[in-house]
Amino acid sequence: MNKFTIPAIGFAALAFVEPAFAQEAAEAAAEAPDPAAAVSGGTTYIFNTLLFLMGGFLVMWMAAGFAMLEAGLVRSKNVSMQCLKNIGLYSIAGIMFWVLGYNIAYGVGEGGWLSSTWGPYAMQGVGEADTGTGYSVASDWFFQMVFCATTASIVSGTVAERVKIWPFFIFTVVLTGVIYPIVVSWEWGAGALDAMGFSDFAGSTLVHSTGGWAALAGALIIGARLGRYGSDGKVNVFPGSNIPLATLGTFILWLGWFGFNGASQLAMGTIGDVSDVSKIFVNTNMAAAAGVVVAIIGTQILYKKIDVTMALNGALAGLVSITAEPLTPSVPEALFIGGVGGLIVVLAVPLLDKLKIDDVVGAIPVHLLAGIWGTLIVPLTNTEVPFMAQLTGVAAVGVFAFGASAIVWMALKYTIGVRPDEEHEMSGMDHTEVGVEAYPEFART
Amino acid sequence: MKLIIAIIKPFKLDEVREALSEVGVQGMTATEAKGFGRQKGQTEVYRGAEYATNMVPKIRIETVVSDDLAPRVVETIAAAANTESIGDGKIFTLDVGAALRIRTGETDETAL
Repeated sequence: MNKFTIPAIGFAALAFVEPAFAQEAAEAAAEAPDPAAAVSGGTTYIFNTLLFLMGGFLVMWMAAGFAMLEAGLVRSKNVSMQCLKNIGLYSIAGIMFWVLGYNIAYGVGEGGWLSSTWGPYAMQGVGEADTGTGYSVASDWFFQMVFCATTASIVSGTVAERVKIWPFFIFTVVLTGVIYPIVVSWEWGAGALDAMGFSDFAGSTLVHSTGGWAALAGALIIGARLGRYGSDGKVNVFPGSNIPLATLGTFILWLGWFGFNGASQLAMGTIGDVSDVSKIFVNTNMAAAAGVVVAIIGTQILYKKIDVTMALNGALAGLVSITAEPLTPSVPEALFIGGVGGLIVVLAVPLLDKLKIDDVVGAIPVHLLAGIWGTLIVPLTNTEVPFMAQLTGVAAVGVFAFGASAIVWMALKYTIGVRPDEEHEMSGMDHTEVGVEAYPEFART
Repeated sequence: MKLIIAIIKPFKLDEVREALSEVGVQGMTATEAKGFGRQKGQTEVYRGAEYATNMVPKIRIETVVSDDLAPRVVETIAAAANTESIGDGKIFTLDVGAALRIRTGETDETAL
Protein backbone atom coordinates (compact mmCIF):
# COMPACT_ATOMS: atom_id res chain seq x y z
CA MET A 1 0.00 0.00 0.00
CA ASN A 2 2.95 2.28 0.67
CA LYS A 3 3.70 2.65 -3.03
CA PHE A 4 0.51 4.67 -3.46
CA THR A 5 1.38 7.22 -0.81
CA ILE A 6 3.31 9.54 -3.10
CA PRO A 7 0.67 9.74 -5.86
CA ALA A 8 -1.93 10.35 -3.16
CA ILE A 9 0.08 13.33 -1.92
CA GLY A 10 0.33 14.46 -5.52
CA PHE A 11 -3.44 14.40 -5.87
CA ALA A 12 -3.77 16.31 -2.65
CA ALA A 13 -1.46 18.97 -4.08
CA LEU A 14 -3.59 19.10 -7.24
CA ALA A 15 -6.58 19.83 -5.05
CA PHE A 16 -5.08 23.18 -4.09
CA VAL A 17 -4.36 24.31 -7.63
CA GLU A 18 -7.56 22.97 -9.18
CA PRO A 19 -10.57 23.80 -6.99
CA ALA A 20 -13.07 22.20 -9.40
CA PHE A 21 -11.72 18.77 -8.52
CA ALA A 22 -10.93 19.50 -4.91
CA GLN A 23 -13.64 17.26 -3.55
CA GLU A 24 -12.68 14.19 -5.55
CA ALA A 25 -8.96 14.73 -4.99
CA ALA A 26 -9.46 15.00 -1.27
CA GLU A 27 -11.34 11.72 -1.31
CA ALA A 28 -8.58 10.11 -3.35
CA ALA A 29 -6.04 11.28 -0.82
CA ALA A 30 -8.08 10.09 2.12
CA GLU A 31 -7.88 6.41 1.21
CA ALA A 32 -5.19 4.61 -0.81
CA PRO A 33 -6.88 4.34 -4.20
CA ASP A 34 -7.55 1.23 -6.21
CA PRO A 35 -4.94 1.16 -9.04
CA ALA A 36 -7.66 0.58 -11.62
CA ALA A 37 -9.71 3.55 -10.45
CA ALA A 38 -9.65 6.48 -12.82
CA VAL A 39 -9.04 9.97 -11.61
CA SER A 40 -12.38 11.61 -11.81
CA GLY A 41 -14.36 13.24 -14.58
CA GLY A 42 -12.52 15.45 -17.04
CA THR A 43 -9.17 14.73 -15.43
CA THR A 44 -9.01 11.32 -17.10
CA TYR A 45 -9.71 12.93 -20.46
CA ILE A 46 -6.99 15.51 -19.82
CA PHE A 47 -4.34 12.99 -18.72
CA ASN A 48 -5.09 10.62 -21.62
CA THR A 49 -4.86 13.49 -24.10
CA LEU A 50 -1.67 14.74 -22.46
CA LEU A 51 -0.12 11.28 -22.92
CA PHE A 52 -1.01 11.32 -26.63
CA LEU A 53 0.40 14.81 -27.09
CA MET A 54 3.66 14.16 -25.24
CA GLY A 55 4.10 10.75 -26.84
CA GLY A 56 3.26 12.30 -30.20
CA PHE A 57 5.85 15.03 -30.10
CA LEU A 58 8.48 12.57 -28.90
CA VAL A 59 7.71 10.29 -31.87
CA MET A 60 7.67 13.31 -34.19
CA TRP A 61 11.23 13.98 -33.02
CA MET A 62 12.21 10.49 -34.18
CA ALA A 63 11.95 11.93 -37.70
CA ALA A 64 14.93 14.09 -36.74
CA GLY A 65 16.68 11.00 -35.42
CA PHE A 66 16.21 9.14 -38.69
CA ALA A 67 17.39 12.19 -40.63
CA MET A 68 20.61 12.48 -38.62
CA LEU A 69 21.29 8.73 -38.58
CA GLU A 70 20.92 8.58 -42.36
CA ALA A 71 22.84 11.81 -42.98
CA GLY A 72 25.72 10.31 -41.03
CA LEU A 73 25.75 6.93 -42.75
CA VAL A 74 25.56 8.08 -46.39
CA ARG A 75 28.56 9.44 -48.27
CA SER A 76 29.11 13.20 -48.12
CA LYS A 77 27.95 13.64 -51.74
CA ASN A 78 24.40 12.48 -50.87
CA VAL A 79 23.82 14.14 -47.50
CA SER A 80 21.65 17.07 -48.65
CA MET A 81 19.55 14.63 -50.66
CA GLN A 82 19.03 12.46 -47.59
CA CYS A 83 18.03 15.46 -45.47
CA LEU A 84 15.57 16.58 -48.15
CA LYS A 85 14.02 13.12 -48.35
CA ASN A 86 13.53 13.06 -44.59
CA ILE A 87 11.82 16.43 -44.22
CA GLY A 88 9.77 15.67 -47.33
CA LEU A 89 8.61 12.24 -46.26
CA TYR A 90 7.62 13.45 -42.79
CA SER A 91 5.46 16.15 -44.34
CA ILE A 92 3.93 13.87 -46.98
CA ALA A 93 3.06 11.35 -44.26
CA GLY A 94 1.39 14.06 -42.20
CA ILE A 95 -0.84 15.15 -45.07
CA MET A 96 -1.61 11.68 -46.45
CA PHE A 97 -2.55 10.34 -43.03
CA TRP A 98 -5.29 12.99 -42.97
CA VAL A 99 -6.31 12.67 -46.64
CA LEU A 100 -6.77 8.87 -46.54
CA GLY A 101 -4.77 7.21 -43.81
CA TYR A 102 -6.72 7.67 -40.62
CA ASN A 103 -10.07 6.64 -42.04
CA ILE A 104 -8.55 3.58 -43.71
CA ALA A 105 -6.83 2.61 -40.44
CA TYR A 106 -9.84 3.11 -38.18
CA GLY A 107 -12.81 2.74 -40.54
CA VAL A 108 -12.54 -1.00 -40.85
CA GLY A 109 -15.37 -3.12 -39.49
CA GLU A 110 -14.66 -5.43 -36.56
CA GLY A 111 -12.66 -8.40 -37.86
CA GLY A 112 -12.48 -6.88 -41.35
CA TRP A 113 -9.63 -6.53 -43.85
CA LEU A 114 -10.48 -3.26 -45.61
CA SER A 115 -12.06 0.03 -44.55
CA SER A 116 -15.21 1.21 -46.26
CA THR A 117 -14.35 4.86 -45.52
CA TRP A 118 -11.95 6.41 -48.02
CA GLY A 119 -11.52 10.12 -47.57
CA PRO A 120 -10.19 12.85 -45.29
CA TYR A 121 -10.63 12.59 -41.55
CA ALA A 122 -13.13 15.05 -40.05
CA MET A 123 -10.93 16.75 -37.46
CA GLN A 124 -12.53 18.04 -34.23
CA GLY A 125 -13.86 21.60 -34.07
CA VAL A 126 -12.78 24.41 -31.74
CA GLY A 127 -13.50 23.59 -28.12
CA GLU A 128 -15.13 20.32 -29.15
CA ALA A 129 -14.50 17.34 -26.89
CA ASP A 130 -15.90 13.88 -27.39
CA THR A 131 -15.68 12.75 -23.78
CA GLY A 132 -17.03 9.33 -24.77
CA THR A 133 -13.64 8.37 -26.25
CA GLY A 134 -11.74 9.42 -23.14
CA TYR A 135 -9.28 11.59 -25.09
CA SER A 136 -9.19 14.36 -27.67
CA VAL A 137 -9.64 12.85 -31.14
CA ALA A 138 -7.15 15.36 -32.56
CA SER A 139 -4.51 14.16 -30.07
CA ASP A 140 -5.20 10.59 -31.18
CA TRP A 141 -4.93 11.56 -34.85
CA PHE A 142 -1.63 13.35 -34.18
CA PHE A 143 -0.23 10.39 -32.24
CA GLN A 144 -1.19 7.90 -34.99
CA MET A 145 0.13 10.20 -37.73
CA VAL A 146 3.68 10.31 -36.33
CA PHE A 147 3.75 6.49 -36.32
CA CYS A 148 2.82 6.58 -39.99
CA ALA A 149 5.75 8.94 -40.64
CA THR A 150 8.10 6.56 -38.81
CA THR A 151 7.21 3.81 -41.27
CA ALA A 152 8.21 6.01 -44.19
CA SER A 153 11.47 7.05 -42.50
CA ILE A 154 12.56 3.41 -42.39
CA VAL A 155 12.42 3.12 -46.18
CA SER A 156 14.53 6.18 -46.95
CA GLY A 157 17.59 4.84 -45.14
CA THR A 158 17.71 1.52 -46.96
CA VAL A 159 17.32 2.93 -50.47
CA ALA A 160 19.62 5.92 -49.85
CA GLU A 161 22.13 7.17 -52.43
CA ARG A 162 20.54 5.65 -55.55
CA VAL A 163 16.87 6.59 -55.84
CA LYS A 164 15.66 9.78 -57.46
CA ILE A 165 13.67 12.19 -55.29
CA TRP A 166 10.30 12.11 -57.12
CA PRO A 167 9.83 8.33 -57.34
CA PHE A 168 10.75 8.19 -53.65
CA PHE A 169 8.16 10.81 -52.75
CA ILE A 170 5.47 9.12 -54.87
CA PHE A 171 6.23 5.83 -53.11
CA THR A 172 5.90 7.66 -49.78
CA VAL A 173 2.45 8.96 -50.79
CA VAL A 174 1.18 5.41 -51.41
CA LEU A 175 2.93 3.92 -48.37
CA THR A 176 1.64 6.51 -45.88
CA GLY A 177 -1.79 7.05 -47.47
CA VAL A 178 -2.76 3.44 -48.22
CA ILE A 179 -0.31 0.59 -47.47
CA TYR A 180 0.53 1.42 -43.85
CA PRO A 181 -3.06 2.38 -42.92
CA ILE A 182 -4.42 -0.92 -44.28
CA VAL A 183 -1.90 -2.87 -42.19
CA VAL A 184 -2.81 -0.84 -39.10
CA SER A 185 -6.54 -1.41 -39.68
CA TRP A 186 -6.09 -5.17 -39.27
CA GLU A 187 -4.84 -4.80 -35.69
CA TRP A 188 -5.20 -1.36 -34.10
CA GLY A 189 -8.33 -0.69 -36.17
CA ALA A 190 -9.89 -3.83 -34.62
CA GLY A 191 -9.76 -5.70 -37.93
CA ALA A 192 -9.00 -9.31 -38.85
CA LEU A 193 -5.68 -9.84 -37.02
CA ASP A 194 -7.08 -8.35 -33.83
CA ALA A 195 -9.99 -10.79 -34.02
CA MET A 196 -7.48 -13.69 -34.21
CA GLY A 197 -5.78 -12.63 -30.99
CA PHE A 198 -2.70 -11.11 -32.63
CA SER A 199 -0.92 -8.64 -30.36
CA ASP A 200 1.46 -5.82 -31.32
CA PHE A 201 1.60 -3.28 -28.49
CA ALA A 202 3.40 -0.39 -30.18
CA GLY A 203 4.13 -1.70 -33.65
CA SER A 204 7.09 -4.09 -34.05
CA THR A 205 5.18 -5.55 -36.97
CA LEU A 206 2.67 -2.85 -37.89
CA VAL A 207 5.20 -0.01 -38.04
CA HIS A 208 8.72 -1.44 -38.15
CA SER A 209 8.24 -4.59 -40.19
CA THR A 210 5.89 -2.79 -42.58
CA GLY A 211 8.58 -0.16 -43.16
CA GLY A 212 11.18 -2.92 -43.37
CA TRP A 213 9.21 -4.89 -45.99
CA ALA A 214 8.73 -1.72 -48.07
CA ALA A 215 12.47 -1.05 -47.76
CA LEU A 216 13.38 -4.61 -48.77
CA ALA A 217 11.11 -4.43 -51.84
CA GLY A 218 12.78 -1.12 -52.75
CA ALA A 219 16.31 -2.45 -52.26
CA LEU A 220 15.60 -5.47 -54.49
CA ILE A 221 13.86 -3.56 -57.27
CA ILE A 222 16.06 -0.45 -57.29
CA GLY A 223 19.24 -2.51 -56.97
CA ALA A 224 22.50 -1.82 -55.18
CA ARG A 225 24.51 1.39 -55.37
CA LEU A 226 26.87 1.52 -58.33
CA GLY A 227 30.09 -0.31 -57.58
CA ARG A 228 28.85 -1.65 -54.26
CA TYR A 229 29.33 -5.32 -55.15
CA GLY A 230 32.23 -6.46 -57.33
CA SER A 231 31.71 -9.18 -59.94
CA ASP A 232 33.83 -11.54 -57.80
CA GLY A 233 31.38 -11.15 -54.90
CA LYS A 234 33.60 -8.61 -53.16
CA VAL A 235 31.80 -6.02 -51.04
CA ASN A 236 33.09 -2.52 -51.69
CA VAL A 237 32.77 -0.50 -48.53
CA PHE A 238 31.35 3.03 -48.66
CA PRO A 239 31.99 4.32 -45.14
CA GLY A 240 29.50 6.76 -43.63
CA SER A 241 30.41 10.43 -43.79
CA ASN A 242 29.70 11.53 -40.24
CA ILE A 243 29.68 9.21 -37.22
CA PRO A 244 28.80 11.96 -34.69
CA LEU A 245 25.58 12.72 -36.64
CA ALA A 246 24.70 9.02 -36.82
CA THR A 247 25.26 8.74 -33.06
CA LEU A 248 23.14 11.82 -32.33
CA GLY A 249 20.42 10.40 -34.58
CA THR A 250 20.42 7.13 -32.66
CA PHE A 251 20.16 8.90 -29.30
CA ILE A 252 17.26 11.01 -30.66
CA LEU A 253 15.48 7.84 -31.82
CA TRP A 254 16.09 6.22 -28.43
CA LEU A 255 14.56 9.27 -26.69
CA GLY A 256 11.61 9.29 -29.08
CA TRP A 257 10.97 5.64 -28.35
CA PHE A 258 9.77 6.46 -24.83
CA GLY A 259 6.88 8.23 -26.55
CA PHE A 260 6.51 5.46 -29.11
CA ASN A 261 6.20 2.64 -26.54
CA GLY A 262 5.20 4.57 -23.41
CA ALA A 263 2.30 6.46 -24.93
CA SER A 264 1.09 3.29 -26.70
CA GLN A 265 -0.38 2.44 -23.29
CA LEU A 266 -3.02 4.87 -24.72
CA ALA A 267 -4.25 5.88 -21.27
CA MET A 268 -2.89 7.73 -18.26
CA GLY A 269 -6.10 8.34 -16.32
CA THR A 270 -5.57 5.66 -13.67
CA ILE A 271 -2.76 4.91 -11.26
CA GLY A 272 -2.44 1.50 -12.89
CA ASP A 273 -1.99 3.04 -16.33
CA VAL A 274 0.60 5.60 -15.31
CA SER A 275 2.56 2.89 -13.48
CA ASP A 276 2.46 0.74 -16.59
CA VAL A 277 3.75 3.62 -18.71
CA SER A 278 6.66 3.88 -16.28
CA LYS A 279 7.41 0.17 -16.50
CA ILE A 280 7.35 0.47 -20.30
CA PHE A 281 9.98 3.23 -20.08
CA VAL A 282 12.24 0.92 -18.05
CA ASN A 283 11.81 -2.09 -20.36
CA THR A 284 12.31 0.05 -23.45
CA ASN A 285 15.59 1.37 -22.08
CA MET A 286 16.76 -2.09 -20.96
CA ALA A 287 16.14 -3.64 -24.38
CA ALA A 288 18.07 -0.87 -26.16
CA ALA A 289 20.96 -1.13 -23.71
CA ALA A 290 21.15 -4.90 -24.19
CA GLY A 291 21.09 -4.47 -27.98
CA VAL A 292 24.10 -2.14 -27.79
CA VAL A 293 26.10 -4.36 -25.43
CA VAL A 294 25.50 -7.47 -27.55
CA ALA A 295 26.49 -5.60 -30.74
CA ILE A 296 29.67 -4.33 -29.04
CA ILE A 297 30.66 -7.80 -27.83
CA GLY A 298 29.61 -9.41 -31.12
CA THR A 299 31.67 -7.13 -33.35
CA GLN A 300 34.66 -7.37 -30.98
CA ILE A 301 34.61 -11.17 -31.25
CA LEU A 302 33.93 -11.33 -35.00
CA TYR A 303 36.08 -8.47 -36.29
CA LYS A 304 38.60 -7.78 -33.46
CA LYS A 305 37.45 -4.16 -33.41
CA ILE A 306 34.14 -2.69 -32.27
CA ASP A 307 32.10 -1.18 -35.08
CA VAL A 308 30.36 1.94 -33.77
CA THR A 309 27.72 1.88 -36.52
CA MET A 310 26.76 -1.66 -35.49
CA ALA A 311 26.51 -0.55 -31.85
CA LEU A 312 24.12 2.21 -33.00
CA ASN A 313 22.08 -0.33 -34.99
CA GLY A 314 22.14 -2.58 -31.90
CA ALA A 315 20.33 0.09 -29.86
CA LEU A 316 17.64 0.44 -32.51
CA ALA A 317 17.25 -3.34 -32.94
CA GLY A 318 16.82 -3.69 -29.18
CA LEU A 319 14.16 -0.97 -29.26
CA VAL A 320 12.29 -2.53 -32.19
CA SER A 321 12.40 -5.96 -30.50
CA ILE A 322 10.73 -4.74 -27.29
CA THR A 323 8.11 -2.67 -29.13
CA ALA A 324 5.67 -5.55 -29.70
CA GLU A 325 5.37 -6.06 -25.93
CA PRO A 326 7.15 -3.51 -23.74
CA LEU A 327 4.88 -3.96 -20.70
CA THR A 328 4.78 -7.62 -19.60
CA PRO A 329 8.52 -8.56 -19.68
CA SER A 330 10.53 -8.55 -16.45
CA VAL A 331 13.89 -6.76 -16.58
CA PRO A 332 15.85 -9.95 -17.45
CA GLU A 333 13.29 -10.76 -20.14
CA ALA A 334 13.55 -7.25 -21.62
CA LEU A 335 17.35 -7.59 -21.65
CA PHE A 336 17.05 -10.95 -23.40
CA ILE A 337 14.57 -9.69 -26.01
CA GLY A 338 16.66 -6.59 -26.79
CA GLY A 339 19.94 -8.51 -26.69
CA VAL A 340 18.75 -10.94 -29.36
CA GLY A 341 17.85 -7.86 -31.43
CA GLY A 342 21.50 -6.76 -31.17
CA LEU A 343 22.65 -10.23 -32.21
CA ILE A 344 20.34 -10.12 -35.25
CA VAL A 345 22.06 -6.92 -36.39
CA VAL A 346 25.57 -8.32 -36.02
CA LEU A 347 24.70 -11.45 -38.02
CA ALA A 348 22.24 -10.06 -40.58
CA VAL A 349 24.17 -6.98 -41.79
CA PRO A 350 26.97 -9.04 -43.45
CA LEU A 351 24.43 -11.67 -44.54
CA LEU A 352 22.48 -9.07 -46.56
CA ASP A 353 25.74 -8.05 -48.24
CA LYS A 354 26.35 -11.70 -49.19
CA LEU A 355 22.91 -11.67 -50.82
CA LYS A 356 23.84 -8.38 -52.54
CA ILE A 357 20.95 -6.55 -50.90
CA ASP A 358 22.32 -3.04 -50.39
CA ASP A 359 20.88 -1.60 -47.17
CA VAL A 360 22.79 1.62 -46.50
CA VAL A 361 21.82 2.12 -42.84
CA GLY A 362 20.91 -1.44 -41.78
CA ALA A 363 17.16 -0.77 -41.66
CA ILE A 364 16.24 -4.28 -42.83
CA PRO A 365 17.97 -6.08 -39.93
CA VAL A 366 16.91 -3.39 -37.44
CA HIS A 367 13.27 -2.86 -38.40
CA LEU A 368 12.19 -5.91 -40.38
CA LEU A 369 14.10 -8.79 -38.75
CA ALA A 370 14.11 -7.45 -35.18
CA GLY A 371 10.45 -6.51 -35.69
CA ILE A 372 9.59 -10.11 -36.59
CA TRP A 373 11.62 -11.40 -33.62
CA GLY A 374 9.92 -9.00 -31.21
CA THR A 375 6.47 -9.98 -32.46
CA LEU A 376 7.07 -13.74 -32.28
CA ILE A 377 8.52 -13.59 -28.74
CA VAL A 378 5.46 -11.82 -27.26
CA PRO A 379 3.86 -15.10 -26.00
CA LEU A 380 6.95 -15.69 -23.80
CA THR A 381 5.95 -12.86 -21.48
CA ASN A 382 2.27 -12.40 -22.33
CA THR A 383 0.68 -15.81 -22.07
CA GLU A 384 -2.70 -14.56 -23.29
CA VAL A 385 -1.27 -14.17 -26.78
CA PRO A 386 -1.33 -17.30 -28.98
CA PHE A 387 1.90 -17.94 -30.91
CA MET A 388 -0.02 -18.94 -34.05
CA ALA A 389 -1.76 -15.55 -34.09
CA GLN A 390 1.66 -13.84 -33.94
CA LEU A 391 2.96 -15.99 -36.78
CA THR A 392 -0.16 -15.31 -38.85
CA GLY A 393 0.16 -11.57 -38.25
CA VAL A 394 3.83 -11.52 -39.26
CA ALA A 395 3.06 -13.52 -42.42
CA ALA A 396 -0.04 -11.54 -43.42
CA VAL A 397 1.73 -8.19 -42.98
CA GLY A 398 4.77 -9.55 -44.81
CA VAL A 399 2.82 -10.75 -47.83
CA PHE A 400 0.77 -7.57 -48.10
CA ALA A 401 3.40 -4.94 -47.25
CA PHE A 402 6.09 -6.56 -49.40
CA GLY A 403 3.70 -7.33 -52.26
CA ALA A 404 2.03 -3.92 -52.38
CA SER A 405 5.39 -2.12 -52.05
CA ALA A 406 6.91 -4.24 -54.81
CA ILE A 407 4.02 -3.37 -57.15
CA VAL A 408 4.49 0.36 -56.49
CA TRP A 409 8.28 0.23 -56.91
CA MET A 410 7.91 -1.80 -60.14
CA ALA A 411 5.32 0.61 -61.51
CA LEU A 412 7.68 3.52 -60.79
CA LYS A 413 10.67 1.66 -62.25
CA TYR A 414 8.94 1.03 -65.57
CA THR A 415 7.29 4.46 -65.90
CA ILE A 416 9.29 7.42 -64.63
CA GLY A 417 12.31 5.32 -63.57
CA VAL A 418 13.71 5.10 -60.05
CA ARG A 419 17.46 5.57 -60.56
CA PRO A 420 19.50 8.56 -61.61
CA ASP A 421 21.76 7.92 -64.63
CA GLU A 422 25.20 6.54 -63.82
CA GLU A 423 27.03 9.81 -64.14
CA HIS A 424 24.61 11.55 -61.79
CA GLU A 425 24.86 8.75 -59.26
CA MET A 426 28.67 8.86 -59.34
CA SER A 427 28.86 12.61 -58.93
CA GLY A 428 26.35 12.49 -56.06
CA MET A 429 22.75 13.54 -55.82
CA ASP A 430 23.44 16.61 -53.69
CA HIS A 431 24.79 18.06 -56.90
CA THR A 432 22.43 16.56 -59.49
CA GLU A 433 19.05 16.40 -57.72
CA VAL A 434 19.18 18.98 -54.92
CA GLY A 435 21.69 21.54 -56.17
CA VAL A 436 22.89 22.16 -52.62
CA GLU A 437 25.92 20.30 -51.38
CA ALA A 438 25.88 19.44 -47.69
CA TYR A 439 29.61 20.02 -47.36
CA PRO A 440 30.54 22.46 -50.19
CA GLU A 441 33.94 23.25 -48.71
CA PHE A 442 35.30 19.75 -49.21
CA ALA A 443 36.17 17.92 -52.38
CA ARG A 444 33.68 15.23 -53.43
CA THR A 445 34.91 11.68 -53.25
CA MET B 1 68.42 26.56 -54.21
CA LYS B 2 66.79 23.26 -53.35
CA LEU B 3 63.14 22.28 -53.09
CA ILE B 4 62.65 19.82 -50.26
CA ILE B 5 59.48 17.77 -50.32
CA ALA B 6 58.72 15.67 -47.26
CA ILE B 7 55.84 13.27 -46.76
CA ILE B 8 55.29 12.81 -43.03
CA LYS B 9 52.77 11.49 -40.53
CA PRO B 10 50.13 14.17 -39.87
CA PHE B 11 50.67 14.31 -36.11
CA LYS B 12 54.38 15.09 -36.67
CA LEU B 13 53.71 18.41 -38.45
CA ASP B 14 54.13 20.65 -35.39
CA GLU B 15 57.40 19.02 -34.31
CA VAL B 16 58.84 19.28 -37.81
CA ARG B 17 57.79 22.90 -38.14
CA GLU B 18 59.42 23.86 -34.82
CA ALA B 19 62.64 21.99 -35.61
CA LEU B 20 62.88 23.66 -39.03
CA SER B 21 62.33 27.13 -37.55
CA GLU B 22 65.29 26.47 -35.20
CA VAL B 23 67.65 25.74 -38.11
CA GLY B 24 66.58 28.91 -39.90
CA VAL B 25 63.89 27.84 -42.37
CA GLN B 26 61.66 30.89 -42.92
CA GLY B 27 58.64 29.38 -44.56
CA MET B 28 56.99 26.23 -45.81
CA THR B 29 53.81 24.96 -47.43
CA ALA B 30 51.89 22.06 -45.88
CA THR B 31 49.22 20.10 -47.73
CA GLU B 32 46.92 17.33 -46.55
CA ALA B 33 47.77 14.36 -48.73
CA LYS B 34 46.88 10.69 -49.09
CA GLY B 35 49.09 7.93 -50.36
CA PHE B 36 50.65 4.54 -49.88
CA GLY B 37 54.10 3.02 -49.75
CA ARG B 38 55.55 -0.43 -49.34
CA GLN B 39 53.09 -1.49 -46.63
CA LYS B 40 50.20 -0.76 -49.07
CA GLY B 41 47.81 0.73 -46.52
CA GLN B 42 45.80 -1.05 -43.85
CA THR B 43 42.71 -3.26 -43.69
CA GLU B 44 39.66 -2.14 -41.72
CA VAL B 45 36.18 -3.61 -41.17
CA TYR B 46 33.02 -1.51 -41.71
CA ARG B 47 29.65 -3.11 -40.99
CA GLY B 48 31.04 -6.61 -41.42
CA ALA B 49 32.88 -6.02 -44.71
CA GLU B 50 36.66 -5.74 -44.92
CA TYR B 51 38.14 -2.90 -46.87
CA ALA B 52 41.65 -1.66 -47.51
CA THR B 53 42.38 1.93 -46.61
CA ASN B 54 45.02 1.88 -49.35
CA MET B 55 45.44 5.63 -49.26
CA VAL B 56 46.74 6.61 -45.84
CA PRO B 57 46.41 10.26 -44.73
CA LYS B 58 49.75 12.12 -44.72
CA ILE B 59 51.05 15.69 -44.67
CA ARG B 60 53.18 16.86 -47.57
CA ILE B 61 55.47 19.75 -46.69
CA GLU B 62 57.44 21.77 -49.21
CA THR B 63 60.16 24.29 -48.53
CA VAL B 64 62.75 25.97 -50.74
CA VAL B 65 66.12 26.69 -49.07
CA SER B 66 69.66 27.69 -50.07
CA ASP B 67 72.03 24.97 -51.24
CA ASP B 68 74.13 25.12 -48.02
CA LEU B 69 71.13 24.80 -45.75
CA ALA B 70 69.51 21.90 -47.65
CA PRO B 71 71.41 18.97 -46.06
CA ARG B 72 70.66 20.30 -42.57
CA VAL B 73 66.98 20.69 -43.41
CA VAL B 74 66.79 17.11 -44.62
CA GLU B 75 68.52 15.87 -41.45
CA THR B 76 66.24 17.94 -39.24
CA ILE B 77 63.04 16.68 -40.87
CA ALA B 78 64.29 13.11 -40.74
CA ALA B 79 65.04 13.43 -37.03
CA ALA B 80 61.79 15.20 -36.10
CA ALA B 81 59.46 13.00 -38.15
CA ASN B 82 60.96 9.68 -37.14
CA THR B 83 58.83 7.34 -35.03
CA GLU B 84 60.85 4.24 -36.00
CA SER B 85 57.71 2.59 -37.35
CA ILE B 86 56.41 1.93 -40.85
CA GLY B 87 54.71 4.81 -42.62
CA ASP B 88 57.08 7.54 -41.35
CA GLY B 89 57.34 8.91 -44.91
CA LYS B 90 60.04 10.09 -47.30
CA ILE B 91 62.06 13.22 -48.14
CA PHE B 92 62.99 14.34 -51.66
CA THR B 93 65.41 17.08 -52.69
CA LEU B 94 65.10 18.82 -56.07
CA ASP B 95 67.03 21.61 -57.77
CA VAL B 96 65.17 24.90 -58.17
CA GLY B 97 65.79 27.16 -61.16
CA ALA B 98 64.37 30.46 -59.95
CA ALA B 99 62.38 32.13 -57.16
CA LEU B 100 60.50 35.43 -56.96
CA ARG B 101 58.75 37.20 -54.11
CA ILE B 102 55.56 38.56 -55.66
CA ARG B 103 55.15 41.66 -53.46
CA THR B 104 58.68 43.12 -53.85
CA GLY B 105 59.98 41.48 -57.00
CA GLU B 106 63.08 40.17 -55.14
CA THR B 107 64.53 37.10 -56.84
CA ASP B 108 66.29 33.85 -56.02
CA GLU B 109 67.88 33.50 -52.53
CA THR B 110 66.74 36.95 -51.40
CA ALA B 111 63.20 35.85 -52.15
CA LEU B 112 63.33 32.82 -49.82
